[in-house]
Amino acid sequence: MEHKLGVYICTGCGIGDAIDIEAVAKIATDDVKAALCKNHECLCSEEGHAFVQADIDGEGLDVVALAACSMREKQAELTWGDTWVERINYREQLAWCHEPNDEDTQWLAEDYIRMLGARLGVTSKPVPHIEEMSDRVLVVGGGITGMNAALFAAKAGKEVVIVEKEDALGGFLKRVHKRFPVLPPYEELEDNDIASTVEAVADHDKITVYLSSTIGKIDGAPGNFDVTVDGAGASEKVGSIVMAAGFTPYDASKLTHLGYGEVKDVVTSVELEDMASEGKLVRPSDEGDLDTVVFIQCAGSRDADHLPYCSTTCCSVSLKQTQYIADANDEAKTYVLYKDMRTPGQWETFYQQVQKQGTIFVKSEIKSVVAGDDGGAVVTIEDVLLGEDVEIECDLVVLAVGQVPACKSEQLLKLGYRQGPELPSMDAKLEVKSDDDEEAEVVDRKDEVTGGFPNSHFICFPYETRRTGIYAAGPVRQPMDIASAVDDAAGAAFKAIKSVALMSEGKSVHPRVGDMSWPDFALQRCTQCKRCTEECPFGALDEDEKGTPKPNPTRCRRCGICMGACPERIVGFADYSVQSINSMIKGIYVAEEWEEKPAVLCLVCENDAYPALDMAGTARMKYSPFVRFVTMRCLGGLNLQWIADAMAKGFDGVLLLGCKAGDDYQCHFIQGSELAQTRLSKVQETLDRLMLESERVAFHEIEIDNFGAVPGIIDDFMEKLEALGPNPFKD
Amino acid sequence: MSQSKATLVVGGGMSGISTALELSELGRPVILVEKSPFIGGKVATFNKYFPKLCPPTCGLEINYKRLRKAANLSLHTQAQVTKVDGGPGDYTVTIEVAPRYVNHKCTACGECAEACGSERDDDFNQGMAKTKAIYLAGHMAYPHRYVLDKEACDEADLPKIKDACKYGAVDLDETPQTLTEQVGAIVWATGWESYDVSKVDYLGKGELPDVITNLQMERLADPSGPTGGKILRPSDGKEVESVAFVQCAGSRDINHLPYCSGICCLASLKQICYVREAAPNAKVYMFHIDVRAGKYEEFYAKIQADEAVEIIKGKVASIFPEGEGLRLQVENIESGESLKVDLDMIVLATGIVPNTADLPFEATMDDYGFLMLGDAPGIIPAGCVRRPADVATVVQDATGAAMRTLTQE
Repeated sequence: MEHKLGVYICTGCGIGDAIDIEAVAKIATDDVKAALCKNHECLCSEEGHAFVQADIDGEGLDVVALAACSMREKQAELTWGDTWVERINYREQLAWCHEPNDEDTQWLAEDYIRMLGARLGVTSKPVPHIEEMSDRVLVVGGGITGMNAALFAAKAGKEVVIVEKEDALGGFLKRVHKRFPVLPPYEELEDNDIASTVEAVADHDKITVYLSSTIGKIDGAPGNFDVTVDGAGASEKVGSIVMAAGFTPYDASKLTHLGYGEVKDVVTSVELEDMASEGKLVRPSDEGDLDTVVFIQCAGSRDADHLPYCSTTCCSVSLKQTQYIADANDEAKTYVLYKDMRTPGQWETFYQQVQKQGTIFVKSEIKSVVAGDDGGAVVTIEDVLLGEDVEIECDLVVLAVGQVPACKSEQLLKLGYRQGPELPSMDAKLEVKSDDDEEAEVVDRKDEVTGGFPNSHFICFPYETRRTGIYAAGPVRQPMDIASAVDDAAGAAFKAIKSVALMSEGKSVHPRVGDMSWPDFALQRCTQCKRCTEECPFGALDEDEKGTPKPNPTRCRRCGICMGACPERIVGFADYSVQSINSMIKGIYVAEEWEEKPAVLCLVCENDAYPALDMAGTARMKYSPFVRFVTMRCLGGLNLQWIADAMAKGFDGVLLLGCKAGDDYQCHFIQGSELAQTRLSKVQETLDRLMLESERVAFHEIEIDNFGAVPGIIDDFMEKLEALGPNPFKD
Repeated sequence: MSQSKATLVVGGGMSGISTALELSELGRPVILVEKSPFIGGKVATFNKYFPKLCPPTCGLEINYKRLRKAANLSLHTQAQVTKVDGGPGDYTVTIEVAPRYVNHKCTACGECAEACGSERDDDFNQGMAKTKAIYLAGHMAYPHRYVLDKEACDEADLPKIKDACKYGAVDLDETPQTLTEQVGAIVWATGWESYDVSKVDYLGKGELPDVITNLQMERLADPSGPTGGKILRPSDGKEVESVAFVQCAGSRDINHLPYCSGICCLASLKQICYVREAAPNAKVYMFHIDVRAGKYEEFYAKIQADEAVEIIKGKVASIFPEGEGLRLQVENIESGESLKVDLDMIVLATGIVPNTADLPFEATMDDYGFLMLGDAPGIIPAGCVRRPADVATVVQDATGAAMRTLTQE
């Protein structure tokens, strides 16, 4: 693309002392054809800013390239309205980590200018994708989470549609007698005020409620979802979705080892709520008094054969229920048999209160639950302290059952997405297609469910789902109590509103929030290999019947994984593409063999590896000056063509620095780093064809805090290359 | 709804940063106020998160990147809100800003610190190291601008520091400032401090050098911490061969913190991983009342399966010096045995105390100092001022707080 480029070299912070500015300027104006190249002793000062502004106004520059500090520094100072600003890292990744006034450092500085020029030749400023959008919010589920999400969104001025499968709002709380205390002094049970929430929803004129209804289908993309509501037979247009379908209690019929279904006087914690609500706190077998009640914690929870996880609320629920028993019969004895009593935060106070009131707590293993001779039950526990079995005769056994997310067994969203109808669960893996794969079979997804909790994998970003504009909230996302569900509803409603607000301006959501670029597909060259539609971590691409991708720009997170997936190299962003990186590689000067200077391309992830390199520079750590860094949005965008081109051009090696992959991945784009490594496993073919050693291409996972290791990784790689000798493709 | 007026977010830790960014990216003006010279709060000092064992700086980097782009967000560090007048939709707040002595011209080149001979205790490293009197808190410090601790600086160093800066960034004459701002909503996210272990007699009163807190352990294990990530005994630098984690160090104790801080069990389980990695031959103990691993059962199970780790139910009775190391006394509640364990180092899992003393507004609070929604009309508490919580929960809550600023009547 044609640009009127101004290059500015900051000579501050040691840059001016490290390189020959005049020589760099010559490259900028002669080779790169910049309209001008100037230097300033401190570009980030007011004077520096005015210095550049004068040229923008006077010369009509449309691109300003600053060879100065890292792009992670001084962004506010180094901004000129809407002018396109490029940053070249001459400080942290050049002057601070390489020998000053050395020909190799100088060569690096000049290469970075050439690389920028080459890139600008094939890129342009992104034009945002803007379409007409709905800012209405669909809430799936009319329980406490869904109703609160709806109320929050409605109070913020948005129209809301609630779809509830039952014939009344209220969800699980309809069955709850009282709530355990969440307000100080945390000693008294609280009334279940769900009716007032139901009323508030019913009264709100911005909220439409469909009862006895489920989602028939959701087509489209964020900003323009078309929702078919089965039951009510309605169609709705919405912009974003809060999935708040709640949980079902663990199926106690699987807990026969705890007497359920075998012993009449064994009930679940949920059934005890019903009994308390009905005022029928008696033995189910004969309506006798409840003189002794045993609560069994983790009934099917923290148990590899049932629910491997802890539902976090059951301890407090049982504590609450001991009060039901005490309220009905103040002479009653209650036992709580537990693995660990888990009453975090202020819930501990209520635990202490219940202990004081005489409930007996025993850490124990349950050996058996059998019917008593005279009704009731006998619970046998192993008492570790006494080293023997103890029998407890009781009138009732209450099994504290855990929470199972509603998405485990039923489809909730029925999205018309090529990658499946539901939110992926935390452990759901992407498919990676290899060259050897046969034509992909048509996957029957019509019965596919989420499986586990569709929670975020990211601790810092708990609302990250792999489907843009769709946010899970409440116990469907992870086990939680009522108060947490209300908080979660607030957060998810916010995210739903914000996602459409950003998209309506053509902006990306997390993690490249505000990015206005979007991937363009040159579909006339598409071979329908389906790699992009399978590998997009966010399900952004659908397919037509032939397998041609159908992009949905508002689902896209701008990671560029699709452009790495495409063997035909037809995918690109205005400012970031296979061609733009190719051109940078071509822009690098590769020394001829007699010069005995290696050339190494290093592709770095901008999220973790790039800052790690900056911090290594700030710590003034030194490493080889022969490495050229090319920054990527995510290494998942890796296209093997770059490696082939670099090798054919005479580069001695290619080093890739990406985020941690695997189960505890740190890649901000889910599996970008893993995809890069998978793709790389096929680079051998390319190297074999060129008769080059496989050690010439290496991948390292970099954790941002371990920046101190980066110089060593680079230097080790350089040593290996030295041992291999120069790439024979050099001139 | 308070549309056009800014929202004041008090506290620049994980909660405050998250609320501020969420609102700002929605197009709402935000004023973010942090009392220390750098944001990031406690999280910035952590080595890794449980259960993923990933570095918090990874998410902070994303958040700082968002902050750099947030044109409608103004950040005041070394600032405290001292007065709140008015009510929902229309507050007048007074913010006192302490001098940094380093202005916006700072390029973080580090020449000033080179020139400075004076040192100060490094609070970022929990007092286990020194920094120059002009310093950045850690490699990821945000804002990336030096701060001068004038009290810790020798008079003679001041002109040297000033002269070392080529950019005129050192301003020794800076004075405290008082700002008055009109805001529509307030989010209170001032976070927490660790319970003061010097109050706990039976756990060594904070006087034994090899008895450290869980916050200190974070810095010891950090590759850029005072020991470069090696877990060394503070008294003599010996690599640890035995370490005990003492849970509920002052927590679930009516004489100290009656509540449970909810995160300390997981923090210790995480720190057990640090020890197992840095000192693979070390024997590790964890003494607890209950192991409250909440939603991360799988993580707990993995550590339970490690034969080098003994997890024992028992409340520690005493800790005292023994030879060059320490001795710990505890009763194993499950076996009834009374145990004496000799150790190189003990890590106290201290709890969370909300930073809610001296609030500039009227608020009812629970007996422990946690703020409830509605305790101060119109002021929205977020994060650990509401209840002890892990990072994911805190960010979730902070996002909810952003929502609540929009719906506040």
